[in-house]
Formats: sequence, C-alpha cells, structure tokens
Amino acid sequence: MKTGFQWVILCAILGASGCSSLGVKPWERNLLAREDMLMEADAIDLAFDEHIYFSKEASSGGQGFAGGGCGCN
Amino acid sequence: MQLNKKKVAGLLSAATCTLLGSPVQAEENDWDVDSAVLFYAESDGRVSAFEPVISATKDLGDDETLSLKLVIDSLTGASANGAVPSTQVQTFTRPSGNGSYTVDPNETPLDDTFKDTRVAYSMNWEKPIDRNNRRNLGFNISKEYDFTSLGVNALWQHDTNKRNTTYSYGISAELDDIAPVGKVPEPLTSMSAQNKGASSDSRNIVDLLFGVTQVIDKSSLFQVNLSLSEADGYMTDPYKFISVVDNTSGEPTDILFEGRPDSRSRQSLYAKYKKMLANKDIFTASYRFMTDDWGIDSNTFDFTYRFMFNSGYYLQPHLRLYDQSEADFYNYFLLTGENPTYASADYRLGEMEATTVGVKFGRELDDQHSWSVRLEQYLQSGDASPSEAFGQLTQQDLYPGLEATIVQFNYSFKW
Repeated sequence: MKTGFQWVILCAILGASGCSSLGVKPWERNLLAREDMLMEADAIDLAFDEHIYFSKEASSGGQGFAGGGCGCN
Repeated sequence: MQLNKKKVAGLLSAATCTLLGSPVQAEENDWDVDSAVLFYAESDGRVSAFEPVISATKDLGDDETLSLKLVIDSLTGASANGAVPSTQVQTFTRPSGNGSYTVDPNETPLDDTFKDTRVAYSMNWEKPIDRNNRRNLGFNISKEYDFTSLGVNALWQHDTNKRNTTYSYGISAELDDIAPVGKVPEPLTSMSAQNKGASSDSRNIVDLLFGVTQVIDKSSLFQVNLSLSEADGYMTDPYKFISVVDNTSGEPTDILFEGRPDSRSRQSLYAKYKKMLANKDIFTASYRFMTDDWGIDSNTFDFTYRFMFNSGYYLQPHLRLYDQSEADFYNYFLLTGENPTYASADYRLGEMEATTVGVKFGRELDDQHSWSVRLEQYLQSGDASPSEAFGQLTQQDLYPGLEATIVQFNYSFKW
C-alpha cells in the first residue's frame, strides 16, 4: 500500500504544478467570497465530525491536524 | 428568551477558545458567535453524548482575528471491552480494581462504567504579515477525569498566482497525560492478577501539514493536503481486554489487558473539491487516504450537496463512506500458548466499513443570524464471523459494530 500512497502523492504534486494556468481575476471572486464557499465553512460541523470519528475509527485529521485532544482513542 | 440566550452566549464567549476559527469574517468591534449542541446516541444503550460548543471570533482590525472556543462533552453508557462472547457467564473486574460486572452467555462484553465529562478550550490568533502571507497561532487544552491534553499549533499561509493559489505549512504539537482509573495496567497480563504500575503515563504527538488550495474558476476550488503525524508514548487503551481462548472449544480461559506499540507514524493525503452551480447550489466532495505503520490503511469519501431555496433556506444531504484495514496486532482473540509482543481486540483497530447518511436544514436569516439543524445516522460494521473462529466462537458475534444517531442544532449571531 505504500506504493499506492506514493502514487497518490505524485499525482497530487503533478496536479499542483499545473495550477499556474488556473484562477480568476480579482473582480470575478464574488461567488468564491461567499461564506458558504469557504473550504472551512461549517467549521463546527467539521469539528464535531472529527471528534466523533476520531473516537470510533482508527483515522483522524486530513483537512486539519490529526491530534485529537481526547482520551477517547 | 432570545435575549437571555444571547446574553449568556455572549458572556461565555468572552472566556472561550477556538482552534478551527469561524469562517465568518467579523465586522470590527463585533464578535461573530457560533453556538451548537450535539446529541449522539448509540443503539442498544451503548454510548451517548451531549456536547454543547460555543466559539467566537473577533476582528481586531486589518484582517487580524482572535478566535476562542469552549466545548463540553458529557459521555455515558457502555462500550465493547474487547473480550469475546462465551457460552458461559463472564465476570470482569472493574477498572478501579474494586468490584466487578458480569456478562450474560452469548452477549458481547460491554464495560458499563463508561462515564466522563470533557472540557476543552482552544484559542486561535490569525494575523496577516503582508499582502500575501499570514500566520495563525493556536493553543488548546482539554481535561477529562483520566486524561489531560495540551496542544499548540502554527500555520503559515502564502498566497501566490494572483492569490489564486494558497500554500499552507503547519505544525502542531500535543502532549497527553493518561491517568487511568485504577492505575496503568501491565500490557498483556491477566486481568485477574490486576498487575498495575504507575498512576499515569504520557504520549506526545507532532503533526506536519502541507497544503495547496487552488481557485479553479469563478465558482470552484480545490484543496490538497499532505499530513504526517508521529506519536510516541502510551498508546494502549487501559480499559480494553483481549480474550485467551481454549484451542479446541474456543471458550475463554483468560482475559488479558491489551498492549499496543509505543509509537505510531501516520501519513494522510486529503483532497477536497467545492463547486457552486448556476442555481447557487453547492456541491462538495472530499477524499482522504491514510496509512500508518500499524498496518492500517483507510479511505474516506465525503459528499454534500446544498440545495439553496428562496428566503435563505437550504437543505443539505450528506453521505460519508469509510473503510479501514486492521492493525497488524489486531486479533479477535489469542490462542492458549500464544505470546505476542502486542495485541488488541479493540474493534476500532479492526477491519471495518462505516457509512454516514445525513441531512442538514437551515436558514440564513440575515447578515446577523443563522440557524440549522442536522440529523445523521452512522452505521459501522466488520466481519462478525471471521474465518479464524472455531468451536463456540463460530456461534458468536465477534465484531459488535454500532449504529448511532446524531442530532445537532446550530445558531450563529453577531454580538
């Protein structure tokens, strides 16, 4: 599975390197500036979910840090 | 009623902390307050939780913000203790070493002494350094009866490509102190011997995070995070057991405290895509792959679709799919005579699949207020009849699984 993980990383790096051709002008950001379009929108929901799944599964983190600050696992 | 709620929430907010921060950019001199309460209940009288949270973010001017958050987490109920069911009545010593509880024949052994309250504070301070750089410093502390956690974190974000690309570099450090009821048991020793050592033990966790967020076009963006996590110290669950069974009948002959390695390295890759459609509906999809040196690999898919209606109402279905492989040292049970270095029957380290289906309904009342309610169902299952079962074990449910209902209310306002 390590090999699979390395493939995913490679794809991510290649994907990121193609980013320079993407994007919008400053005056085209009206939709992206909406609160509900933020990547971390619904922060409380995300924190609740992270806490629940941290205590019931063996994985955590990803969008944020993996540490749980909880004795539940 | 509304006024009182607002007052209380406002007073509380002055003493609270947040790690994640509010997505809302506060107007100067206002606090943006997000409050919520979560009810979590597992079926069959297992764990239930009540968790109120309040977070508040204040704009300090020039895009500098301070966020504070307080979480109280009250848990009660019973959880699987790791031992296999038997055709006989089983007796387990309580964690304190005083008293015992019995489990009926052919029933999953559950520890019914599970009761705890956790209080967690966190604080986050974000400050722009210049037009394209900003830094974020965070601190968090949480305390429950047998566990204390202290953490600090720092995140640097750099905008480039006309602010269409943001690179994030983060580091966090956490120190946990575990003081189990009845002291720390010696791993893989018999429960009946109650061989216990120090009153507490500790572990530390260091996380590194590297992320790229990319604007794709006027209505969509993409994020990729790579995370590395190193944990060292006491990783065992002091309240979990593993059964030793007779090699012919499969009946338990002894119950051992579980034992896990004292370090764990995890790597995860997280990707998220978000798109607003022409009708203002929002589609979000994310995927996480995690692998660790305990032998666990996991995949998590998460999808939401927000239907936007008139008057600020929205309806958001949610689907989450999760699967994981088992840890190298995970065993349903040990055979008599087996003497492994590490062994755990904690279902959370076993091979499993989980599905969450939910829906959220809410309304943006105006710039000042919003509310929502969320209802979800979580189903977790594993192989209850594994091929390694024999004797009486073939008649038993060896992976208890669980079913939980989650209800959550959110209310956000300016104060």
